[in-house]
Amino acid sequence: MSRIEAEVGKPQGGFIKWIDDRFPLTSTLKYHVTEYYASKNFNWWYVFGVLAMVVLVIQLVTGIFLTMNYKPAAADAFASVEYIMRDVEWGWLIRYMHSTGASFFFIVVYLHMFRAMLYGSYKKPRELIWLIGMLIFFVLMAEGFAGYLLPWGQMSYWGAQVIISLFGAIPVVGDALVELIRGDYSISDITLNRFFALHVIVLPLALIGLIFVHIVALHEVGSNNPDGIEIKKNKGPDGVPLDGVPFHPHHTSKDLVGIIVFLMIFSAVVFFAPDMGGLFLEHANFEPANMTATPEHIAPVWYYTPYYAILRAVPDKLWGFILFAMAVVLPVFLPWLDRCRVRSIRYRGWMYKTALSVFVVTFITLGWLGLQAATPTYVLLARVFSVLYFAFFLLMPFYTAMDKTKPVPDRVVYHG
Amino acid sequence: MVNLKRIASVLALGACLVASQGYAAGGATHFEPAELEPGNVASLQRGARNFMNYCAGCHSAQYVRYNTIGKDLDLSEEQLIDNLMFNAEKTFETIQASMPAEDAKRWYGKAPPDLSLMARAKGADYVYNFLKGFYVSEDSPTGVNNVVLQGTSMPHVLWELQGYQTAHFEDHENKDGSVTTTFEGFELLSAGSMDAEDYDDFVRDTVNFLAYIAEPVRSDRRKLGVWVLMFLIFFFILATQLKKAIWKDVT
Repeated sequence: MSRIEAEVGKPQGGFIKWIDDRFPLTSTLKYHVTEYYASKNFNWWYVFGVLAMVVLVIQLVTGIFLTMNYKPAAADAFASVEYIMRDVEWGWLIRYMHSTGASFFFIVVYLHMFRAMLYGSYKKPRELIWLIGMLIFFVLMAEGFAGYLLPWGQMSYWGAQVIISLFGAIPVVGDALVELIRGDYSISDITLNRFFALHVIVLPLALIGLIFVHIVALHEVGSNNPDGIEIKKNKGPDGVPLDGVPFHPHHTSKDLVGIIVFLMIFSAVVFFAPDMGGLFLEHANFEPANMTATPEHIAPVWYYTPYYAILRAVPDKLWGFILFAMAVVLPVFLPWLDRCRVRSIRYRGWMYKTALSVFVVTFITLGWLGLQAATPTYVLLARVFSVLYFAFFLLMPFYTAMDKTKPVPDRVVYHG
Repeated sequence: MVNLKRIASVLALGACLVASQGYAAGGATHFEPAELEPGNVASLQRGARNFMNYCAGCHSAQYVRYNTIGKDLDLSEEQLIDNLMFNAEKTFETIQASMPAEDAKRWYGKAPPDLSLMARAKGADYVYNFLKGFYVSEDSPTGVNNVVLQGTSMPHVLWELQGYQTAHFEDHENKDGSVTTTFEGFELLSAGSMDAEDYDDFVRDTVNFLAYIAEPVRSDRRKLGVWVLMFLIFFFILATQLKKAIWKDVT
């Protein structure tokens, strides 16, 4: 008797059986939901994966409604956003949810990635989950970048101008590549149109596909936990991991609490500080794009600024671009850079703990520096922190191998 | 009392400096805080009147509809038509400048910018200080310059009210030999119809209105936000109880 039958309390002859004979409904639900066992000792760091899904849904739904009213043309885009903000019923809420959602997507994803670094979730056998996750991150960066052009404000225009021109630093093909991306000799109506296509079709499709694969890969090997112990090593007579609880209803009921807390913070921003003092919606973006007037200070949105600070720290354009690209790509190699046998930071030595702490400070400081005007002092600081950023990854094979670890217990630590 | 007020104004200035970091590059001056009262409907109504009388001749607010203003500022259709709509027929129309943009470009070098979003793009303090920042300057074709936006092509439209003032600048020689010019203060040259305090209030009301039209939905979203958060708190309590009930057997 399946679990569903047990819960409903009568034999499932009819509809469900009819479906199950033709489609693996019950078995899929079992495998991925009601009988997917994850460790009972998850802490709140484990909520960010679900939250990323919540933000994805928010972005998809609000995005559809925005598309119904937005006009992807240089002459109309800015006005159509104001039309949404002022004349469309609930348009302001839809737009603020979408713009706030963009920033929260990155907050949640950065924390989700940091969780993996805390507990070694990228280590064997979960390397592929990490790789797919990094692909998701790259697509998300592209998605955010394409989306930021659409309001066609001053910062949309000039931010895109600066970032796209970076590709011009690539030898030989650089200029042709820049023209290919823009579809024109400068950012224009054509660029806006193709960025719209990328933002609403190409990249979201890629995102959804990759997220699906990310979860399939996760459910194949099972979730890691704060102790970094394989719960499948200790199974009861029924084959269920002793330290596992089913995803539904246990983890779903716990995630629900996390989702509500998230929605509280999200709503606080949407309703009380939608521009977050110029961080989520930049002030200059309330002026329409003007290709004859460069804003005094161009900064990308906050979620790109750690990498932007690294780019500006390098005096040479090509090397700046190379280091910028390396900074984005380096985390891909974490599963192989990390030589420590122990997964969780709970049982790792002082070296990794120190390195990770310094890395957090580095990443946040670089993000802050990327928002500031490039004064000599700030550029110098950005150089120091860029070195620290790369040192974290490039020295990792050495300090993780040398680090003294603590003994890992057999069973997960759980205090009820 | 005086001390408290001084402390409060210093704190407000500090907060405004932090908040205005993004657009501090405009001038050497520190902005005096506008101290707006977004919820003060009377102030917004006065601001609307000021805007229509002194700004809308040259500046449009092309995203703002008269009937939205009427609804948010407690004005009847008649009040709108009689007092605010000088060049519009229907209340659903948006605010268009009376001066043709083509002429404006010829007369001033550039058409006066649309003001729908000015307070959001530049910040309310910027606009407040700009409107108080005109000073007599021989070099300018309009006879005035502005400490907030040097070389502005806008004439001192509010001279009848504020009067004319001069600005004092001082040159400081830096260690490396370069010279920094700082703004030291204004001196009234000829009085207008308002004293300084009344003029401040006049500008404050006007900027309050500009901040309102930059985001008409602001007060609505705040009101709604309180209800949303209250619902979520209630939902949170239920969800925590549910989680506890489901997890009670897990040891």
